[in-house]
Amino acid sequence: MGDVYRAIADPTRRAILDELVERDGQTLFELCTRLVTKHDVASSRQAVSQHLDVLVDAGLVSRRREGRYTFHHVHTAPLGEIPARWPTTGG
Amino acid sequence: MPRITMTSVFVDDQEKAHRFYTDVLGFVTKDDIPMGEHRWLTVVSPDDPDGVQLVLEPDEHPAAKPFKAGISADGIPFTVFGVEDVAAEFERLRALGVTFTQEPAPMGPFVTAVLDDTCGNLIQIASPAQP
Repeated sequence: MGDVYRAIADPTRRAILDELVERDGQTLFELCTRLVTKHDVASSRQAVSQHLDVLVDAGLVSRRREGRYTFHHVHTAPLGEIPARWPTTGG
Repeated sequence: MPRITMTSVFVDDQEKAHRFYTDVLGFVTKDDIPMGEHRWLTVVSPDDPDGVQLVLEPDEHPAAKPFKAGISADGIPFTVFGVEDVAAEFERLRALGVTFTQEPAPMGPFVTAVLDDTCGNLIQIASPAQP
């Protein structure tokens, strides 16, 4: 299992998570289009795919093969480690 | 100066493609000419019968199927059709049983969605985003 802190240290990977939270279950094409139109991320499809690999390693994204297509799903549970480790303090 | 008069999609079965592109998407047949094992088969928009023809072309060349499978796996549409209203078209087509790999979403100046043409291709539909 990859490091969740490393996974979210990159702004493109955080944008990928933002988009998957907005709509879960996207193809690579949809994600790349959202990144370029909404976040001005001009990364290549291959680069986005590599970012997804890091998120998959950290347990934050899974790939689901359905027929001829691959969809990406978000799993925010590993992020629960953060408030568990550093609980919100008052004021 | 050349004009664009035709474009084509590689289909795995011309008869199935003809049904999908006419009965479901709503195009009408322009040319249907026997050509040996296959047909010269084109469809057009009913609103523009003299407009650009879409050729439903057999994908039997060995390079065609891996190409289609490769781009489809990543959700990449082979081509784009314009519609008045992507959301309305999405509802109409979904009710007819069409599979979408991307539901309507704003993408810059357009609203787009991506559907499966049942013949091995993804097709994007697009309309201008509402002002």
